Amino acid sequence: MKKWWSLLVLLVVGVIGLVGCTSSESGGEENSADGGDSQTEITYYSFSATPNYEDVLSDIVAAFEEENPNIKVNTELTAYQDYFTKLQTRIAGGNAPDVFELNYENFVQYASKGTLADLTSLIEEDENFDPEQLNQEAFKAYQFEGKQYGMVESFSNVLTFYNKDLFDKAGVDYPTEDWTWEDELAAAEKITDEENNVWGTYAPVTMNEYFKIAAQNGGNLFDKGGNPAVDNEANLEALNYMVDKVTESGVSPSPGEMSGQQPADLFLNGQLGIVHTGIWMFDAFKDASFEWDVALEAGNTQKAHHFFANGLAVSADTDKKEAAYKFAAFMSASEEVAKLRVENSWELPAITNEDILQPYLEQTPPENRQAVFNALDTLVLPPAVDNWSKISDITNQEFEKALNGDKTTEDVLKTLQSEYEDILSE
Amino acid sequence: MVSMTKKKTFFWLCVFLLPNLLGFLTFIGVPIVSSLVISFTDWDLLGSMSFNGIENYIRLVQDPEFWVSFRNTILFIVGYLPLVLIFGLACALLLNQKMKFRAFFRATFFLPVITSWVAVSLVWKWLYNPEYGLINYLLSVIGISGPEWLNDPNTAMIGIILASAWKDIGFVMVLFLGGLQNISPTYYEAASIDGASKLRQLWNITIPLLAPTTFFVTIISLINSFQVFDQVMIMTGGGPGGSTIVMVQNIYNHAFRYFEMGYASAMSWVLFLVIFLFTWIQMKFQDKGAN
Repeated sequence: MKKWWSLLVLLVVGVIGLVGCTSSESGGEENSADGGDSQTEITYYSFSATPNYEDVLSDIVAAFEEENPNIKVNTELTAYQDYFTKLQTRIAGGNAPDVFELNYENFVQYASKGTLADLTSLIEEDENFDPEQLNQEAFKAYQFEGKQYGMVESFSNVLTFYNKDLFDKAGVDYPTEDWTWEDELAAAEKITDEENNVWGTYAPVTMNEYFKIAAQNGGNLFDKGGNPAVDNEANLEALNYMVDKVTESGVSPSPGEMSGQQPADLFLNGQLGIVHTGIWMFDAFKDASFEWDVALEAGNTQKAHHFFANGLAVSADTDKKEAAYKFAAFMSASEEVAKLRVENSWELPAITNEDILQPYLEQTPPENRQAVFNALDTLVLPPAVDNWSKISDITNQEFEKALNGDKTTEDVLKTLQSEYEDILSE
Repeated sequence: MVSMTKKKTFFWLCVFLLPNLLGFLTFIGVPIVSSLVISFTDWDLLGSMSFNGIENYIRLVQDPEFWVSFRNTILFIVGYLPLVLIFGLACALLLNQKMKFRAFFRATFFLPVITSWVAVSLVWKWLYNPEYGLINYLLSVIGISGPEWLNDPNTAMIGIILASAWKDIGFVMVLFLGGLQNISPTYYEAASIDGASKLRQLWNITIPLLAPTTFFVTIISLINSFQVFDQVMIMTGGGPGGSTIVMVQNIYNHAFRYFEMGYASAMSWVLFLVIFLFTWIQMKFQDKGAN
């Protein structure tokens, strides 16, 4: 009889031990926060460092810890695809990391749900940090309802990448700063060579592309009050421009012709005259077998360029807000971090100090790196509306119908207008 | 004394069930109950939670997107179920005969079942590739210009059905093989003495006596196919134009992409009820058949 009981006790103790493992860990963190003199440990959760820049991040963390000996930063890295699912689960489970990365597209959603700490007063008190050190557009991107909820750390944008060899072969002039849609179409038509699977130009037919193309035509998908206003002439022209390249003039490959290949691969393979893609491809295109360069995007009635940013936000639940903010500010504005980013061709820091950016501009290819900065003059942000991912999904779905010829572009916009209204009234 | 023994038995039952029970409660029991509770709230996953009664369920009935995903799932089942049943049975009949390399063939047919859906989906995606895929190449050899398969809303679901059937036929085959081996050979001996043809034997002996297995296979396949997700997610992502969005994918989107955990939980409970309903109907039907 006794034996059995001891067995049971053993079992129960074992189970408690298993459960205990997790709770003792979080208990440890609390302890370190209590002591004023002792070290504060914070957790930084990141997607942009993995898999290629983990070493750079640990250099950055080392530099930060040297400057702030009483703060210890534990980094946790997850690849972008799984990052947000994990982050949501951790926040929902009351176990949010103290400071974490958010890209601009997701920022609004997290800020509006009250998961982020307001940093406005901390920034005002901070003597080492001055917002002027940063590109103002990028800095302000992390504001929500007039308050600063995040610190921008890096930015990128989308440019017109073109294959000089294909342009020469077709006898077309290279893109210039004041190129228009018509110029691009004319060049693309000359470059397209259907027999050899060469197309003049490629841009995705998705929501992410559409809000920019609409802006290039003076259109807007939402009015100033954030109400859907997609069904109008300017937006229709923009959509027709995108769809006709595939269905009418055939200067862009259809989804079937793409056959699951990435546009970047087609470009590297010499099958695309122009590809509209992000400056994060500089490195991947470095060893292309042909000459290439970048240019500002063509506009119709005006210029418009994509703008993507990553930033650091502090969890609303953390009891180590100050330490977390310090690290966020360091990642955002420290010149040391900026230097490390530029040296290692990580994402571009959002700082304004040109001395530090100089090495970035001097690297080639592409020759015309200055375009990266010139594009900032005409940047357009994704519409800041609730339920952005749902709106994108439904838009992409409808665009596929237009590409397949199942629906006219007029009908697509009519459907989208009512869908947006439904989604936003939910 | 008797009750003492019973108590002891019960005690030991608990001891031995405990490890499994703990796992079940933590990872299945508690989540099931919480999802029911969540389905009556407006929880957005990140913020606070407040009850909103049956609002989620009302919204669901009126949500065209939900019905599209429901229709697509039914379309999938209508195509998939007969395919796996017929070909699973055919393979089982073939491999139930005495032949060379029987074990090898059985293993080969079963191989796709234990392969991960991610790997299978990626391979099929390439097979279906309109430009470079093997399928359209073979079609072009015999002079047919193949469809764009997964890129065409009219053929995308067919593509998913064929790949799913290919993967699951081995599983169905093994179940049928088990059923076939339970049929006593005496029936066949008697039938051949009476001069019944092979086809006649199949129709009058094999199929009726396999009925319990067929019932089991149908329920299992039906339940599995209501939960179809992996292959759709990887092969088409619900596209093109929403033509292959299925129920589980719709639930996933609402839960983890649109921050609508409450609504997603309501949808999963409806999915549960649908599966439960079908199982119940078939149970009823089976009872009658057995009587």
